Amino acid sequence: MSPFGDWLMPIQYPDGIIAEHHWTRRSAGLFDTCHMAMFAITGDAETTGLEYALTCSVNSLPVGGCRYGFMLNEVAGIVDDAVVMRLGRDDWMLVVNAATAERDEQHLRAVMRRPDAVRSMAAETGKLDLQGPLSREVLRPLVPPGILDTLGYYRAVRTRMLDMDVVVSRTGYTGELGYELFVPRDRVTGVWRALLEDRRVRPAGLGARDTLRLEMGYPLYGQDIAADTTPLEAGLERFVDMRKGFLGNNALIEQWAGGIRRRLVGFRTDSRRSPRHGYHVHAGGRAVGSVTSGSFAPSLGCGIALGYVEKAYADPGIGVVITDGRIELPAIVTEPPFYRDGTARTGG
Amino acid sequence: MNTPDGLRYTDKDEWIRRDGPRAVVGITDYAQRHLGDITFVELSRVGNHVRQAQPIATVESVKAASEVYAPVSGTVVAVNEKIVADPGLVNREPYGDGWFVVLEPTNPAEFDTLMDAAAYAAYRAE
Repeated sequence: MSPFGDWLMPIQYPDGIIAEHHWTRRSAGLFDTCHMAMFAITGDAETTGLEYALTCSVNSLPVGGCRYGFMLNEVAGIVDDAVVMRLGRDDWMLVVNAATAERDEQHLRAVMRRPDAVRSMAAETGKLDLQGPLSREVLRPLVPPGILDTLGYYRAVRTRMLDMDVVVSRTGYTGELGYELFVPRDRVTGVWRALLEDRRVRPAGLGARDTLRLEMGYPLYGQDIAADTTPLEAGLERFVDMRKGFLGNNALIEQWAGGIRRRLVGFRTDSRRSPRHGYHVHAGGRAVGSVTSGSFAPSLGCGIALGYVEKAYADPGIGVVITDGRIELPAIVTEPPFYRDGTARTGG
Repeated sequence: MNTPDGLRYTDKDEWIRRDGPRAVVGITDYAQRHLGDITFVELSRVGNHVRQAQPIATVESVKAASEVYAPVSGTVVAVNEKIVADPGLVNREPYGDGWFVVLEPTNPAEFDTLMDAAAYAAYRAE
């Protein structure tokens, strides 16, 4: 167990990171993500200011829709990334990172027109992620009939599970078909045990969560994106709706017009050796960037990484050398996802 | 934690087993568990001379990278290519097919500086 903020988190269970990784890609992994934080927002997206607080279009979501976006500061630095879920007409849930939860809450209250519309759900809500191609069949007997058949990718629903009120969303951080389950905090252990009774399910830790997300090229807040990076630099502008007003959009427009100097890209090596956080990226005989996340990729059998490079070196196919000053790993700039057989969108 | 008798151990979690004029070197069960799934191994070359506590290999796991050090001084006379092709072998059989190199010790007196199984088990139980 490792400390993460005030949480004790399992890096791996007895199966080990690689076995947990493969099991999630093949069957279903169960992740304890109770450290993550959620906010309930009640009211109209425009009137409360939720629309202004997020880069993605919020009010255009249909009831039951989810969208990934960012909270930015005035200079378009990323305060956090978040998934917003519309659970009812005026019923929103915002899922954010653990380490940033307090800061996020202050930010939302400062930015939103109706700070009192924001309520932290962290104390009362626990979260488990069930991820993997068999997760739908595992979950089916525990929820009302038919619920999962209409729950498409990036959809969420308030429903019942094991005699309690829950939110089930078809989202995740692995690239596989899967669900995030938001359950009453005092019932989490029971849900965990009930899901593990199914032999298709095995527990998976933070280690596997990291290799799975990295194979998909999903950024990790605090590592690949942070307050000193913008969505443009991170190559994540598709999660920004430039037609609407949001905090940071003027700075982003300015950066768009002026051009960016660096960009977050993927790297793929031909070695089993792992590029690691902090390694330098060299090209043309000089440092042009650095690695923010790197690992051996269990599904690919080689090292992969995310990192920032000068814009001239950001195009896929460009050859670079990743180095810690001692070892040198030839790598190719590669457009994520690195792993392309994920089942996340299977069956609608 | 498995610490077989008859081997000598270092405080950096290598083991060495004397076999006539030669000695086989690997990493301990404690080391492989601590590293987790091993994904990459790079070995010293046959013919290299190493001094006690100098690196003879690099191992990487999903979690970390670390060096493997020579328990005694000697010449590398064989390396285990099997763990290069299948690094998981080190996790599965740290004292068996997961060995790293064979050394021809040049200063056998150095064996006396190493721990026996009981001492190593106590050291790692601390």
